[in-house]
Amino acid sequence: MKLKDKIILWSRLKSPWIIHFNTGACNGCDIEIVDALTPKYDIERFGIVLKGTPRHADVMIVSGPLTRQQAKRFKRIYDQMPNPKFVLAVGTCACSGGVFDGCYSVVGGIDKVIPVSAYIPGCPARPEAIIDAVVKLITELEKNSKTVSKR
Amino acid sequence: MSKIQIPLGPQHPALKEPENFMLVLDGEQIVDATVNLGYNHRGVEKAAENRNYIQDIYLIERICGICSHSHVSCYINAVEEIAKAEVPQRAKAIRTLVAELERVHSHLLWLGVAAFELGYDTLFMYTWRDREQVLDCLEMISGNRVHYGINTIGGVRRDITKEQAEEILKKIKFLHERTSYYVGVVTEEPTFLARTQNVGKLPKDVALELNAVGPTARASGVDIDVRRDEPYFIYDQLDFKVITHNTEDVFGRAVVRVLETIESYKMIEQILKNLPEGPISVKVPWKIGPGEAVFRYEAPRGEDIHYVKANGTEYPERVKVRAPTLANFQSIPYCLKNGYLADAIITIAAIDPCMSCTDRAVVYDYKTGKKEVFDWEGLRKYSIEFYKKKGVSFK
Repeated sequence: MKLKDKIILWSRLKSPWIIHFNTGACNGCDIEIVDALTPKYDIERFGIVLKGTPRHADVMIVSGPLTRQQAKRFKRIYDQMPNPKFVLAVGTCACSGGVFDGCYSVVGGIDKVIPVSAYIPGCPARPEAIIDAVVKLITELEKNSKTVSKR
Repeated sequence: MSKIQIPLGPQHPALKEPENFMLVLDGEQIVDATVNLGYNHRGVEKAAENRNYIQDIYLIERICGICSHSHVSCYINAVEEIAKAEVPQRAKAIRTLVAELERVHSHLLWLGVAAFELGYDTLFMYTWRDREQVLDCLEMISGNRVHYGINTIGGVRRDITKEQAEEILKKIKFLHERTSYYVGVVTEEPTFLARTQNVGKLPKDVALELNAVGPTARASGVDIDVRRDEPYFIYDQLDFKVITHNTEDVFGRAVVRVLETIESYKMIEQILKNLPEGPISVKVPWKIGPGEAVFRYEAPRGEDIHYVKANGTEYPERVKVRAPTLANFQSIPYCLKNGYLADAIITIAAIDPCMSCTDRAVVYDYKTGKKEVFDWEGLRKYSIEFYKKKGVSFK
């Protein structure tokens, strides 16, 4: 592994930048995601910073069932993210469509359109659960990076 | 200078929800604005017809995560009116308590988001930290932080113990102190005043004409509040003021919301100190109706209206939701016009938009660029056809 790649990997592991995307959620998961960023839960202590644009983000946090109107735009936002990219599906709706599964305007879970790295169930997912998923994602990346660097 | 059209949303760092605004700019000034909705449309009203009354409670609760209790209470009151159920006083008191706690949580949330939109991150972090206290109260009462599920047809599902009441009073006292501090911040902080005063003007006559509701209308001097005008639950026994403001701008909307939060604390104290004794729910049969009912409810964002039509089975024939944000959205293009681009976000945020409540189906044909708004009949036909293809049909 080149030094340049090592530095990039280190920065990525230490501070994953996230983008929040709402695919048609009821706001419940969205406020829990913001809750996780504010003082009581404070995931910024893991180096996580909320970013406004997909081009700066490593991890996309998605909430809500995928509505037909949003599906195309969602794919476009996902494509704008640089590689490697990860997607967290927050809440039962994002995982499977949840209570809205079968509604005429809902496609279903977000995995119908893009690959998902981690599913966080719950209606809404508690901030603790979101933090747990983020930590698990970081640990997993660390493990993988070690095996990659050994090669 | 030629006019430029810029889109705002659906994915935008300042908007927490998908919505789209087309702004036509002349230099820095907004000359025209259009609101495009529909990104969050899920089809809840149609889905409600395929579920029974009890299942609908949990579906309608998920119309919106911030005002979930409002929507459910509104729906349930309409259903209870059709079923002629006598709800016990204690259940009504608990519903009022949760409603006011929800208003506190919603207004603190709004203050934080508004501060964030202004770039005042300290206030954002402060209010969201304090908001956790309300969420703790709600979690203690109902078992969940966001979707409480406390309501059931004929009453509430959980009782409040004495210890819980004391704990809530303690937390409310703390919040009262904090909110008094925020009143100072909102009314005295020079930066806050500079960003909000004379921004997003909505004169009283325009507010009336565009049917603004809730804090948006009250900040324009329109004295309306369903809690006082048409009392439900136990609001007729409570002593509270309806806060109005006459500055007609974003500043007024902030002041109305902060002062309303303080009124809510007073109400919560009154409810907990005089909690009536008795059962918390009555039995209501599965099959309801036939009949129809409309219910008006003062949600944190304004007047919420639900219409329920029952046909004697366990499924409602029609559920119609008119969320407060839809009423308030009509005023946004007016508020944005002649304002500056930099003020656009706070002007939009000032009505406390809640897209998940509001979104309606609009069909946009990309090939021809033709825009078509589905009317009720057309959408109904489309949805029936759609479900028929899936094998769901009533005939």
